[in-house]
Amino acid sequence: MTSEARRMSSFALSDDTMTNVCAHCCTKIENLSVKFGSHAVLENINLHLNCHELLVLIGPNGAGKTTLLRAISGEIPYSGAVHYLVRSNPVKKPRIGYVPQKLHFDQGAPISVMDLLAMSLSRGPVWLHTRRSIRNNAEMLLKKTASEKLIDRKIGQLSGGELQRVLLAVALTPVPDMLLLDEAVSTVDLKGLQIFYEVVTRLKEEFDISIIMATHDLTGIAPYADRMVLMNRVIVSDGAPRDVLSDKLTLETFRLSL
Amino acid sequence: MFEHGRVGAEALNNILYSVTLRLLDNNGLGSRPTRAEYAVKAVFGILTMEGYLDLIHRILDLMLPFAWARYDFMKDALIAVILFTPVFALLGTAVISKRMAFFSDVLGHSALTGIALGVMFGLADPFWMMFAFMVLLAVGINYFKGITQVPSDTALGVFFAVVVALGILILSRGGGFNKFTGYLIGDILTVSPSQLLCLFSVFVLVIVYWMFFGGSVILASINPVLARTRGINVYLVETGFVIILAVLVAVSIKMVGILLVNSLLILPAAASRNIARNVREYTCWGILISLVSGVAGLILSFYIGTSSGATIVLVSALFYAVTTAMKLRMA
Repeated sequence: MTSEARRMSSFALSDDTMTNVCAHCCTKIENLSVKFGSHAVLENINLHLNCHELLVLIGPNGAGKTTLLRAISGEIPYSGAVHYLVRSNPVKKPRIGYVPQKLHFDQGAPISVMDLLAMSLSRGPVWLHTRRSIRNNAEMLLKKTASEKLIDRKIGQLSGGELQRVLLAVALTPVPDMLLLDEAVSTVDLKGLQIFYEVVTRLKEEFDISIIMATHDLTGIAPYADRMVLMNRVIVSDGAPRDVLSDKLTLETFRLSL
Repeated sequence: MFEHGRVGAEALNNILYSVTLRLLDNNGLGSRPTRAEYAVKAVFGILTMEGYLDLIHRILDLMLPFAWARYDFMKDALIAVILFTPVFALLGTAVISKRMAFFSDVLGHSALTGIALGVMFGLADPFWMMFAFMVLLAVGINYFKGITQVPSDTALGVFFAVVVALGILILSRGGGFNKFTGYLIGDILTVSPSQLLCLFSVFVLVIVYWMFFGGSVILASINPVLARTRGINVYLVETGFVIILAVLVAVSIKMVGILLVNSLLILPAAASRNIARNVREYTCWGILISLVSGVAGLILSFYIGTSSGATIVLVSALFYAVTTAMKLRMA
């Protein structure tokens, strides 16, 4: 079953009914706008996202992809509304797992992958000792993102793709309702991207979560995406990856032919 | 062997005798304290500060049968070193990870302005004015960092220039700056019992804060957004961090001096950073290097007659050089 066919069979959504129908759980983003001073970064974003759906955000640099993710996670103020619903009942605060685009940390810092997970999973003094149970838990999480071998490496020594998978493991506890992935394509090699997409798809199926991923890797992500949204301050087009990628507007936006 | 045991027993007897004497003194009327009073005093430690210090001196006498440890001022200095070096290393690791080395240097130098303000207001002891000024400055810089992004080197450089110049300006009025040069270099050997008590409180404060929030501070240094999604109030834990940093620096200024206080914070942690593979090693090596350089530097300074602060800093610089060589060899 292709990912697109799966989407069609499980939710039976078409683009015009999308705002009304909600499957087991869903996220509704209504008229979301963000302004930095007088400059409008996002205008009237309306998105409806079901769980078990991987939505890929594409758009040129400065299109507001990262801003949208930060608004959904509540990191920056916005106007409009983000609702998260389970069986059509609104949930006050959905658990959001966030994988940032860049970490501006001291690359030489002696912080191991285990430390990063321990600090994220517990408030205990990681500088003193880490409980065995936390280590087991961390190993289990890393296994889910194909990065269990990295547990004792320093985070400054990981490649872009490895670091991304470790951050994904961090975002998995508590199991989130929604995963927001902000991808730094420049630091991740092709093979790394491939592994990352596979891991993300597996997590989507295992935990039944909605995933929004911002990326520049248009063609690489296409086979994995359930839906693709082209945005440039506003939503330009929204639909199946094949349709969005062959859209004239997309080609114009990126000035390329696929 | 037997001889050794006898000396030990004698010393222990001495200690108990002195403590009992203290208790009797404290009773005021000279009557023997009742068993209940004795218990209360033992539990709540209602001994005088000097009583405690006396006890520690006697224990040190027993443990350190060396020439340099014969003097009470050296014993007090040793206690001070054992109290401040580990907490300097503890906070130093975070200062480096958060790239705040210049910030802490500005903080140390702002002591000058704090002292100057105290003198200007005619306070007999400018310590509390300096203390308050440093804490306020730390919180202020942290606040502005929050609303304008990371402070650039330039902005901190301007701060640095202003606090130092303002301090010198006020203190040099009427040509009396020489009175205050002691603050620049510091002196561990003149540490007073009340300063030791102050230092001990700060020691406990730092350890307790780090027990609860150390992980959060380090996680926020990796990525504040990530830390926030983990339910950490990044602004609050960072404000707490700069406050305890300011408190530690303020309390140590008289002992190690404005010029060298930042080196004590940075060097042991930097040396540890060269060889550690995770946060626990980073902290443990940092504390060990800091303690060893502190004690070794103090003893060295006694024998070669140099400033203790500077000697301690040079010993930790030696550790930094050695660990850098180790790191290069490993790579």
